[in-house]
Amino acid sequence: MSTSEDSTVGSGAQSAHSGDGTLLSLRKISKTFGPVRALTDVDLDIAAGEVTALIGDNGAGKSSLIKTVSGLWRPDGGQIVWEGSEVNLHNPKDAESLGITTIYQDLALCENLDIVQNMFLGHELTKGIVMDEATMEIKARETLSELQVVTVRSIRQLVASLSGGQRQSVAVSKAVMSNAKLVIMDEPTAALGVAQTTMVLDLIKRLAARGVAVLVISHNLIDVFEVADRIAVLYLGRLVIEGPAADFDRQSAVEYMTTGTVARAA
Amino acid sequence: MADSELTSGGTGETLTPDTEDQIVGVDAEAGLSGDAPLSALSADAYSNDFGAYVRMSLSKVRNGESGAGPIIIGLIAIVIFFQLEQSVFLHASNLGNLPAEASIYIMFGLAEMFALLLSEIDLSIGYNAAIGAFVFAELNATPVNWPWWLAVLGALFVTTGFGALQGTLIARLGLPSFVVTLAGFLGFEGLMLELTNIDPTSLGGVMELNQTSPVYKLANSNMSPTLGWVVLVGLLAAYAIFTLNRARVKRNHGLVAPPLGVSLMGIVVAAIGGAVLVAIMNVNRGSPIAPLRGVPWVVPFVLVVVVAFSVMLSRTRLGRYIYAVGANPEAARRAGINVTMIRTVVFALCGFGAGLAGLVYASQLGSIATDFDGGTQVLYAVAAAVIGGCSLFGGRGKPVNALLGGLVIGVVINGLALMSVSAAVNYMATAVVLLAAVILDALVRRRSSTLAR
Repeated sequence: MSTSEDSTVGSGAQSAHSGDGTLLSLRKISKTFGPVRALTDVDLDIAAGEVTALIGDNGAGKSSLIKTVSGLWRPDGGQIVWEGSEVNLHNPKDAESLGITTIYQDLALCENLDIVQNMFLGHELTKGIVMDEATMEIKARETLSELQVVTVRSIRQLVASLSGGQRQSVAVSKAVMSNAKLVIMDEPTAALGVAQTTMVLDLIKRLAARGVAVLVISHNLIDVFEVADRIAVLYLGRLVIEGPAADFDRQSAVEYMTTGTVARAA
Repeated sequence: MADSELTSGGTGETLTPDTEDQIVGVDAEAGLSGDAPLSALSADAYSNDFGAYVRMSLSKVRNGESGAGPIIIGLIAIVIFFQLEQSVFLHASNLGNLPAEASIYIMFGLAEMFALLLSEIDLSIGYNAAIGAFVFAELNATPVNWPWWLAVLGALFVTTGFGALQGTLIARLGLPSFVVTLAGFLGFEGLMLELTNIDPTSLGGVMELNQTSPVYKLANSNMSPTLGWVVLVGLLAAYAIFTLNRARVKRNHGLVAPPLGVSLMGIVVAAIGGAVLVAIMNVNRGSPIAPLRGVPWVVPFVLVVVVAFSVMLSRTRLGRYIYAVGANPEAARRAGINVTMIRTVVFALCGFGAGLAGLVYASQLGSIATDFDGGTQVLYAVAAAVIGGCSLFGGRGKPVNALLGGLVIGVVINGLALMSVSAAVNYMATAVVLLAAVILDALVRRRSSTLAR
C-alpha cells in the first residue's frame, strides 16, 4: 500500500508542472461511424511515469480511444500530440515506432514458443544467419528480473504452460524490452484470480516506476483504485472528467460512469 | 523475501507442485529502490543437477511437451512384434533394405511437415515430386544432356516454383490450401503425363535414370564397410562437439543448459544406435557370389536433409516465424512478421521437399514412370508426419518427427510384407497405426490445454 501512496505523490508532483512530463496529448479527438459518434472532442494528457486508468461503461468509447491511439483507426477530427509534436498514426507500426505498445486482452503470444522466444518475436537478435539465443536469453532474463517477474520454473518453458497472470507478465516484459514509452493495457486483470491480479497490478506499478506511461482500460474499480495515479472517465464518447485518483471514490466513479456527472457535491 | 527464497531455495523445493505455477510478484518497494537481483530467475538451478533436469523433463511430458519419446517407444514395440512374428525381420538381409525403403516415406513426410506446421495441407506433393523426377531424368538424358547437378537444380527449381505458385494463391488470395493443392494434385498428374508425351526418349511413360549419375547411386550404391564406420565416427564427433560446446557456452553465460550427464547420455545413445545400424548394414545381405554390404548413401543423405531442415526451423528467423504463424497468425502479424510471405515460403518449401523426395523415389526405382501413385504418397506423407508427432493443428512438429514417422511406416509395410499378409490387412494395419498416433496427439493436446490455465 505504501507504494501506491508513493506513486500518487509522484504524480502530484508531475501534474504540478503540467506539460513537462506529458508524453501524449489528445486534443479534441473525434471518431464517427455513420450516424454514430464513438468519440466526441476527447482531450486527454498522459504523463510518463504515471498510470492513467480509462474507465467507462460498455460502449462509452474506451476501445475506440485505444484503437485511435494505437494507430488502428484514424480519428475524424482532432490532434494527437506525442512528445510535443503532432503525429499522424496511419497504422499500428507508426504507433510502435514512436514507442506506443498496446497489450490486448488476447495478449498475442504464441503458445508453442517459450518465454524468451515470445519476448523477441519479430525482433530476434542474430549472429550471422542463425539467431543469437544466448544474448536473447540474457536480455530477456534481465528485463524479467528488472520487472521482478520471477518464474519458478524455467525461462525456457513454453507459454502454453503459463498461467494467465504469467502470460500477462510476459506480454508486459515484451513491451518493456521493445523500449515502449507508453503501454496501453486492455483489461489486464480480466479473468485473473486474486493472487494473479495482485501480481499484475504490482507489475503495472513497477512499469510506471521505470518512467513508462501506462494507460489501463478496466471495468474493475477495485483494481483501478489500487493502481491508478489518475482516472479518466468516458461517458457516451465524451471525456466527462479527468483527475488524480485521490479525487475520486468508488461512489463518484460509478456515478460518472453511469450518468456522466455526479449529483452530490464533489 | 520471496525472492531470496527462490534463489537460495535450490532445486528440490522449486519443483513442488504448489510453487510450480506461480510467478511471484515481489514487493513493489524493492522495485522502486532499483536493486533488482539479476539472478531472480531460478532457471539456472537446472543447469548442473541431473536429477532436477530429468524431473523437469518429466514435468514437460506431463505438460504435453512429450517430444519424440512416445514414438520411439512405439517404434521399438512394433519392431519387437515383427521380430516375434518373423524371426527374419531383424536379420541383415531384411534390415539392410529397410532404411532405403523408409527414406521415401521420410522425404515425403518432411515435405508435408512444412504445410502441417501452418495447419495447412499440401495434397500436391506426390505429383509435384513426380514432375521433379521427370524433369531431372529428362534434363539428364539426351537430347538435353545437362550434367546431373544442373539437372537436379532444374528439377528442384521447377517443384519449388510450383510450390511457391500454390503458396501465392493460398496466401495472397486467402484460398483454402486443401482446394488449391487439390487442383495441384490433379493438374500435376496431367502435367506429368504430358511431360512423357512430348519427350520421345520416354518409352511407354518410363524414364530410366542415367545409371552413372549420383542420383541413381544414392539408393543403389553403398558405402564400403570401412567408409561407413568412418562416416559414423565423423558424424558422432560432430554431434558430440556441437552438443557439448553449446551446453558449455550456455553454462558460461549462466543460461539454461542440460547438465553434462544428459548431454553424454544422448551422445552414448546415438553412438550405440549408429554402431548397431552400421554393423547390421555392413553384413553381407546379398549372396556369397554377389556380395552386397555397406550403408546405402541415401541414409546419410536423409540425415543431412533432416539436420539442414532442423537447423533452418530451430535456429533461423524464418523457422521461428513459421512456428509463430502456425500457432498464432494474429500474434505473428502484430509482431511485425510478414504472414503472407511466410505462408508462401512454406508452400515453396513443400515443393522443394517434394522435389528432393521425387529424386529419392526415382533413385530407389532407378526410373520414374507415369504409373507413379501420387495420391498414396501424399497420404503416407501426412501419415508419416502425424505418426511422428507433427500436429495437424499447426505450430508443432520437427523434422525428426517426420524421420521417425517415416521409419514407422517403412517398418510396418516391410514387416507386413514379410508376414505376407494381404493388401487388405496391410492398409488396415497402417490405418490402425495412424489412428493410434492421432489419438495420442489429441490426448497430449487436451492435457496441455487443460494444464495451461
